[in-house]
Amino acid sequence: MDFSIFLIQCLNALQYGLLLFLVASGLTLIFGIMGVINLAHGSFYMIGAYMAYALAPIVGATLGGGFFATLAVGVVLAVLLGYVLEWAFFSFLYEREHLQQVLMTYGLILVFEELRSLLAGDEVHGVAPPDFLAGTLALGDVMTYPVYRLFISGVCLALALGMYFVFTRTRLGMMIRAGSTNREMVQSLGIDIKFLYRVVFAAGLGVAVLAGMVAAPVSSVYPNMGDSVLIICFVIVVIGGIGSIRGALLAALLIGFVDTFGKVFLPQAAGVLVYVLMALILLWKPDGLFKAG
Amino acid sequence: MTHSKTIFTALVFAALALYPVFTGSYGVDLVTKIMIYAIFALSLELLVGATGLICFGQAAFFGIGAYAAVLLSPEGSAPSLLWLLPACVLASAAYALAVGALSLRTKGAYFIMVTLAFAQMAYYMVHDTPLGGGTDGIYLTMKPVLGSLLDLDKSTTLYGFTLLMLAGVFGFLALLGRSTFGRALAGIRVNEQRMRATGFSTYPYKLAAFTISGGIAGLAGFLFAVKDGFVNPEMMSWHLSGAVLIMIILGGLGHLRGALLGAFAFALLQEFFKSEAVFGDFAKHWHLGLGLSIIASVVFLPRGLVGLPGQLKVRLMGRNSLPEVRREAV
Amino acid sequence: MTQTKSRLHLIAAAAIFCASAASAQTQPKLKVGLMLPYTGTYASLGTAIENGFKQFVTEQGGKLGGREIEFVKVDDASDPSKATDNVNKLIKRDNVDVLIGSVHSGVAMAMAKVAKDTGTLMIVPNAGAGAITGAMCAPNVFRSSFSMWQSGYAMGDVMAKKGIKKVVTITWKYAAGDESVGGFKEAFEKGGGQVVKELNLPFPNVEFQALLTEIAATKPDAVYTFFAGGGAVKFVKDYAGTGLKKSIPLYGAGFLTDGTLEAQGADADGLLTTLHYADALNTPRDNAFRLAYAKAYKLQPDVYAVQGYDAAQMLGVGLAAVKGDTTKKAEFAAALHKAKIDSPRGAFTISKFNNPVQDIYLRQVSGKENKLVSIASKALTDPGRGCKL
Repeated sequence: MDFSIFLIQCLNALQYGLLLFLVASGLTLIFGIMGVINLAHGSFYMIGAYMAYALAPIVGATLGGGFFATLAVGVVLAVLLGYVLEWAFFSFLYEREHLQQVLMTYGLILVFEELRSLLAGDEVHGVAPPDFLAGTLALGDVMTYPVYRLFISGVCLALALGMYFVFTRTRLGMMIRAGSTNREMVQSLGIDIKFLYRVVFAAGLGVAVLAGMVAAPVSSVYPNMGDSVLIICFVIVVIGGIGSIRGALLAALLIGFVDTFGKVFLPQAAGVLVYVLMALILLWKPDGLFKAG
Repeated sequence: MTHSKTIFTALVFAALALYPVFTGSYGVDLVTKIMIYAIFALSLELLVGATGLICFGQAAFFGIGAYAAVLLSPEGSAPSLLWLLPACVLASAAYALAVGALSLRTKGAYFIMVTLAFAQMAYYMVHDTPLGGGTDGIYLTMKPVLGSLLDLDKSTTLYGFTLLMLAGVFGFLALLGRSTFGRALAGIRVNEQRMRATGFSTYPYKLAAFTISGGIAGLAGFLFAVKDGFVNPEMMSWHLSGAVLIMIILGGLGHLRGALLGAFAFALLQEFFKSEAVFGDFAKHWHLGLGLSIIASVVFLPRGLVGLPGQLKVRLMGRNSLPEVRREAV
Repeated sequence: MTQTKSRLHLIAAAAIFCASAASAQTQPKLKVGLMLPYTGTYASLGTAIENGFKQFVTEQGGKLGGREIEFVKVDDASDPSKATDNVNKLIKRDNVDVLIGSVHSGVAMAMAKVAKDTGTLMIVPNAGAGAITGAMCAPNVFRSSFSMWQSGYAMGDVMAKKGIKKVVTITWKYAAGDESVGGFKEAFEKGGGQVVKELNLPFPNVEFQALLTEIAATKPDAVYTFFAGGGAVKFVKDYAGTGLKKSIPLYGAGFLTDGTLEAQGADADGLLTTLHYADALNTPRDNAFRLAYAKAYKLQPDVYAVQGYDAAQMLGVGLAAVKGDTTKKAEFAAALHKAKIDSPRGAFTISKFNNPVQDIYLRQVSGKENKLVSIASKALTDPGRGCKL
């Protein structure tokens, strides 16, 4: 494998890993801070992708905007959805056992899939990236790398940095970290924990939806697309340590590389490798790589 | 086990025994499938309900039993039930032993995920390698027989055999629940720390429960392979692990008849929402009805279907008549 | 026995006699079970097949072999794990007389197995798995479409004759993909070529990026591929998107560009593919078919619509021979083996393994059409390996 090809595969791995991180970060927040196992997280990703497909013509017609306008509208809608969903549904799950959360969020997956079928149909759709991002960069003599994939990596990296900043440098981040370690104490300090949870949930959902929107041009938009993402996200959250953003980033990148290079060198074992990795890490560090926070 | 519960269970089995007399081949097929899922659910009940170990990878043991049935069958001649059935059960139990030995070192949500990981490993083994037939699956050309007595190719014979297996597994688990072993498992579920403090080494008990559970799941897988004559990687997918977990929660954890009820309820709910007779064109969106039912069951049936008579009693006769909540084996 | 009871028995017997006499005049409706994908990457194929099938039935006045047709539909979602359940439902609960399906080879194989075991009449309007008319063949299971081997073999021949030496293949890892590449490899290596690498990914995954990079790294003379439906759209666009199209020519089985040109746009221009159908064949039969289809469905037909149409034709031919009595299976089969089906693709016959014997065309994409270049293989017969018919 010559160097330029190796470089391209590294870019592929990085892009895949960063995208997974974006989706998994929302899951680790919801799981870590609110203690809710949310099987419907993959559905949020799917909602994002379908929004990219469905909103683009509407935004173009009413606001005259293009791709970024669609993204902005999508994020706003997602945060609203997150707020409403948390208030109407998820807030009931905090006090319940994990098994009941599993059951309810599993039911939610089914409901979301059928709503998707009713509203957007059952066919596979492509989403075109915006023109100024649709070109390619020459890398090596034969192959070129799509600029849009670099854009995806860029967006994910920017969001990762943004999250790091919010968590470590702002009061909100401090409250969130405190709430994940001791909920009652935070409440007794006068902080509105309900509001906090709603914010975290809306943020987690918003990030997953954004990931779906940004990924839509490369992944296509198709039924049950949330499935494959869901399981990998849980793997990332567990390897990284439940509630740890740092851990999710490291785990996601690890999986991105193992998966990409696995597909190239050992195509038959590529699927198993990720799970072997998870099993090994958990046997070495039964609580994941990092602690929450 | 109180009398009403014994009578209930006996009635269920009697109804199942008489059912083929009143229905055609589709009905027999459907209920055979549900009974197989009931055996599968019972295997998970041993882990989750009795021992408190939430396993999210039960489908792997189910799938291994099924794949073993096809891979071990000779080409072109009907295999004998006498060695094929135990072989499949042992194959699943062996994988369960290995998985259990490694997974039981973790706890809580991590345990759940490790069991999932091992199930996914088995899934990708048959999905990506030429070992299984890949995503298209492999076919069982000739169904097993017991000499000239039983030919599992006939659907009513298979129905009867499955019913027998279901009753056998139910009885075995009921007896197990009342034995010292079962009491130990209950103790581990309630407070493992305390069990260890009294000198019990809990690890071998948990491992034994894991292995037995895997073997029973393998039995269910074997029956499924025989019924359809076809196995494919989706039998090991996490969707199925999730579905069987849903079944026992829906039915009611901590009760064997909960597993039975849950399997029937889940399968019949699907049939109901899929039927075009009731929903017409909307029937193709049956996931919606199923999803809403599942959500509703968590809100309105916190103890599962098994807890329904208790809940109704409270509603009808006032709060004071609610008996003490006690988790029995059956 | 009392007087009233015996009288009742007499009346009952008379009623039954009258009813059976009445039913002998007008045969009951023929229940056709359509098990096709209506969701997922192959959804548009399922719709096209159904459209084509119904078009023929409508042209015949809603009746085939003197019997009125009634449809029962099931969405198989291209999922082999649910196929056995779905087909059992059609046969045992809905009591269909004829099975039509499916698109995905894994699903069709599961259907064919059950059809073989129960003796139900079945016509496959797409799925090209060799086993259906090979190792799992049955006297009551027919195909109106193709076998994967046919289009792959034809292209292997074409590419070998062009002097191409090193090829990388890429496809989905399931029966259809494996066999398309297998057929290609057989003819290509016979013609002196070499397949240096066989790449694949699980169905219906469309994350091609890592594999496209692999192709660039291997630097072959050309690439041969099989994809269909939504996956074909994405692959052609991704292939052009990485700039590979300019340096490593792409060839494929015709499914790559059939029914997908609208979505693929300029990225598909110039692609050479082999298939048993082409646009602009310009025969009277094809023109009439295309006109009627466009009028009825406001869409241009593709190879899948033709296959659906021909499945109905085959059913019509068989039913006419047995005068609507589907229990006369041997006569049904005999009629089909003797027949020449007047298809929009060109006339074809049915081999003793129940697979079409047909011409495979070489086509090139030009201006949103797969234009006919030449006949790649005349009257190509699938070898039906393993079939004992």
